[in-house]
Amino acid sequence: MSALHLNLKVWRQKNQQSKGEFQTYQVEANEHMSFLEMMDVLNQDLIEKKKEPVAFDHDCREGICGACSMVINGKPHGPLSGTTTCQLHMRHFKDGETIVVEPFRAKAFPIVRDLVVDRSSFDRIIQAGGFISVNTGQAIDGNAIPIDKDTASKSFDAAACIGCGACVAACPNGSAMLFTSAKISHLGLLPQGKMEHTRRVNNMVSQMDEEGFGFCSNIGACEAECPKGISLENIARMNRGYIKASLLD
Amino acid sequence: MSLSGLFLIVFLLIHLLGNLQLLKADGGQAFNIYGYFMTHNPLIKMVSYGLYLFILIHAIQGTLLWLKNRSAKGSSYAVNSNAGTNMFSRYMMHFGIIIFIFIIIHMIQFWLKMKMGVLDQVSYDGVDHTVANLYAPCQLAFSNIGYVLFYVLSMLILAFHLNHGFQSAFQTLGWNHPKYNGLIKIVGLLYSILIPLGFAIIPIFMFLNK
Repeated sequence: MSALHLNLKVWRQKNQQSKGEFQTYQVEANEHMSFLEMMDVLNQDLIEKKKEPVAFDHDCREGICGACSMVINGKPHGPLSGTTTCQLHMRHFKDGETIVVEPFRAKAFPIVRDLVVDRSSFDRIIQAGGFISVNTGQAIDGNAIPIDKDTASKSFDAAACIGCGACVAACPNGSAMLFTSAKISHLGLLPQGKMEHTRRVNNMVSQMDEEGFGFCSNIGACEAECPKGISLENIARMNRGYIKASLLD
Repeated sequence: MSLSGLFLIVFLLIHLLGNLQLLKADGGQAFNIYGYFMTHNPLIKMVSYGLYLFILIHAIQGTLLWLKNRSAKGSSYAVNSNAGTNMFSRYMMHFGIIIFIFIIIHMIQFWLKMKMGVLDQVSYDGVDHTVANLYAPCQLAFSNIGYVLFYVLSMLILAFHLNHGFQSAFQTLGWNHPKYNGLIKIVGLLYSILIPLGFAIIPIFMFLNK
């Protein structure tokens, strides 16, 4: 097990109002640690020195909850494609390397503290229409409604979105269109969600704009950085739905 | 943005087809007769006002979009990876500004002279009226190496702008399908190379044949 001696340049910011700055730390990690475990080592060290630990988001540490964030060397969730920060292992870094760690940056993701940003704007987009309205009662048999394999797969691929916000962090426009379109696609492609598709598109897009996210100019950084490989095809689907909604409503 | 862009993309092809008559070795006859037709046909006159409007809409919308997106991003990163992106998509606004400046200079140089009626009138056999000699200012401008370079470089920027703009317009309108995405990309690439190249050949050709 080889030890890694790393120089970390970490963004420290007390709260949303204060001006942040980079602080440099030395950390000794090993190659089997995840990036978050390496951050735990740094924080333990800071606590022992009676210093304020670095605040960062984390929860499941299994790559499925979407809680972890961070922009590592200019890339949301770090250098490994299709991977969240918690699943990024230190063997992908070299001994003696300097790693720059910054929070996700977008106006609609205000910084709470250090590397923690407020992503509740995503919750409000979901609340605006990211659901299907069903009557309560006994659950019907899932296989009672026939759905062809291709459609089911497309919907499932869109449903893989964990809502982490890497798309917004990567986008030079601070746009949330990959996230919103993934949610719209995952519901709208299936028969249960199709009925409310147009209204859902309208409501979710309106909320997205209200939250102050930018507009998509088809740069493609979101798709490249998405840890779940959500495709730009979803944005086109949302655009089709939006044009239809604008013409009909 | 996408609809006005697609309109301007179609306009470029029409404009190029007309301009290619400058390459004819007839002392500008075909080009001047074409110029007369373009400025006197009522339908084309109407479309041309639509064109000026679309250029303005495209420029104003683009500027507003850029301002909104800059403010939505807020602050920038200390390290930028730019993974999965190309410079064509990231600098659309910058290319657009250069193209807009080019259009203004281009219109002052030719369109304004035509409209103000300061051009000499020439007559040709088989044409029962005189036509303005628009060929003369083209000849004059493109005998100057500075103008030739300015036009060729502007066309290079136009190629960059079209490279992203063409396929981006389709994506914005939701015309994205795995079966046709490759085709859109190839046609867009060819269009963004061939159209500006066609325009760039004209000043080079006229400079070499002065």
